[in-house]
Amino acid sequence: MTLVRISDDALALACGADAVAAAFVAASCTVERVSSWGMHWLEPLAEIDGIGFGPLFPEDVAAVLAGTSDKRIGAIADHPFIKRQQRLTFARAGKTRPLSLDDYADTGGWSALKRVKSMASPEIVAEVAHSGLRGRGGAGFPAGIKWRTVLEAQGPRKYVVCNADEGDSGTFADRMLMEGDPFQLLEGMAIAAQAVGAQQGYIYVRSEYPHAISKLNAAIELAREHIAPFRIEVRVGAGAYVCGEETALLNSIEGKRGEVRAKPPLPAHEGLFGCPTVVHNVLTLAAIPHIMVPGGASRYDSLGIDRSKGTMPIQLAGNIRHGGLFETAFGITLNELIHDIGGGTASGRPVKGVQVGGPLGAYIHPSQFDLPFDYEAYAGADALIGHGGVVVFDDRANMGALARFAFQFCAAESCGKCTPCRIGSTRGVELIDRIWAGGRDADAVEALAQMHNARKDRRSRDEDLQLLEDLCETMQFGSLCALGGFTPYPVRSALKHWPEDFT
Amino acid sequence: MTRAARIVEICVSHRGREGPLLLILHDVQCEFGCVDAEAERVIAHELNLSRAEVHGVVSFYHDFSAEPDPRPCIELCRAEACQARGVEELVASAEAAAGERVRLKTVYCLGLCSVGPAARIGDRLHARLNTAALVKLVQSA
Repeated sequence: MTLVRISDDALALACGADAVAAAFVAASCTVERVSSWGMHWLEPLAEIDGIGFGPLFPEDVAAVLAGTSDKRIGAIADHPFIKRQQRLTFARAGKTRPLSLDDYADTGGWSALKRVKSMASPEIVAEVAHSGLRGRGGAGFPAGIKWRTVLEAQGPRKYVVCNADEGDSGTFADRMLMEGDPFQLLEGMAIAAQAVGAQQGYIYVRSEYPHAISKLNAAIELAREHIAPFRIEVRVGAGAYVCGEETALLNSIEGKRGEVRAKPPLPAHEGLFGCPTVVHNVLTLAAIPHIMVPGGASRYDSLGIDRSKGTMPIQLAGNIRHGGLFETAFGITLNELIHDIGGGTASGRPVKGVQVGGPLGAYIHPSQFDLPFDYEAYAGADALIGHGGVVVFDDRANMGALARFAFQFCAAESCGKCTPCRIGSTRGVELIDRIWAGGRDADAVEALAQMHNARKDRRSRDEDLQLLEDLCETMQFGSLCALGGFTPYPVRSALKHWPEDFT
Repeated sequence: MTRAARIVEICVSHRGREGPLLLILHDVQCEFGCVDAEAERVIAHELNLSRAEVHGVVSFYHDFSAEPDPRPCIELCRAEACQARGVEELVASAEAAAGERVRLKTVYCLGLCSVGPAARIGDRLHARLNTAALVKLVQSA
């Protein structure tokens, strides 16, 4: 009987994987549901004896089985998209059944956790620090320092919290990891707990990811004995983007409004319920099992460039021909990512710009596409890596409209605690409308005689542009968290590189 | 069982868990289609919180609503990646097809950013939508 492997990742399901799987079953094949390889333009992708076929519709199944299908892509492992990657965090992608403890153990699972059980806490922390691992959520804070702070902090209890509130447009690596390799995340959390002395862990997942939530709940049940005495519970978000900010996330787990907290105190000192808490992104925690095997920390440190160590799961999204998950060591350029690997735009039109790092990331002009993927290099170019999402736009995009959308998004998702973000975002939308209109006259209220301080003459477009710059500066330096603080990145970069879209 | 008694039962089922309010609100929203003032009152009493505290949380999150909306709901992603793949060109026809019968809700990101435009109906996801496919989804919702 033919064994067919098809992903049950949410993206494959959205592309019709269930119907394709049913068609194979109807043709007397055995179907095994595995994680996704991350070659999204080929989903639903079927694998038979290592050979891939995709993207499939149910009506393609007969030809696939007869050996006459024109959707054959050859050996998946040799596909250039896979061959060029350095997969660590996603080493199991496409190869294992997400909820199979046997598959996980057969591919090296739990070995790091077993090893750290016989190690002293400071030893574990030292190895993580040595690996050079930095937080993958966006800020890039060194994981080792965070762990040491929590280890040394005093508190009645300690927590490990996984930030799985992946709300950035253009990112899906957290979702793929949770759905495709949930045990790896649990193992990483259990190691973190062992290192800092935590008893309880929470995974905060956004409600938009129902498939990830059910996979995680099932995985926690199955892995209970492996991670004991540590306990993990899934908490589901409620549609607030700002809860991806770590302090808002902690408030949300506590059952409060997802409002950002002022820092200090850092969550490492006073986090969940006021106790010392390690908060990490999914990808940071999932990298831990690879670091904590013998020699893992040194190997991790040897990958990447400068102070950006290890690998980054980059997500190629938006208007790109070959979209999907591309994990590689730091240092790769956008030219390679978009043209060599991604195959250019899906529409076949020229690339106008790309947004790296989600809705709060800068728009990058093709003239900067030789920038190496590296935290410091991006910061130097007034951009950010964020969570590694790369969204490609073709020449039909209006960058002025996208800048306006950045403000609009900030207004919709602002938690409301600080004024620059709450009010500035709405004023930003209005300002861009005014810039498009070419300036404005005094309005009815401003024109009133008693409004002594209001300006009576016309404001020019240039004056509004200056006001926009002032607003961006106020938001960047005056906001409490990255939502208001980073919204100026997409706005300023759009204005700088595509001023013609603001007329 | 009265509605209030059922809400008390939901609260009791989460007793012993840390920070149970969001868990309770999710259950109430799922069962009754909304978290209204009456539900807020019961929950506040059970958790020994003020009604203002509970209302503050309910009104903060997009997932909770004060009134039930019995219409079928399609969540359409209109974030940057789906915009780059042309979702804005589909909106007018989808809205026309939806009319008052179907609720077309804008969401920001379903995590299907490489195969957009994407939509969600309950736990079913749909990707690579074009105008015809989205209109069909709306009509069959």
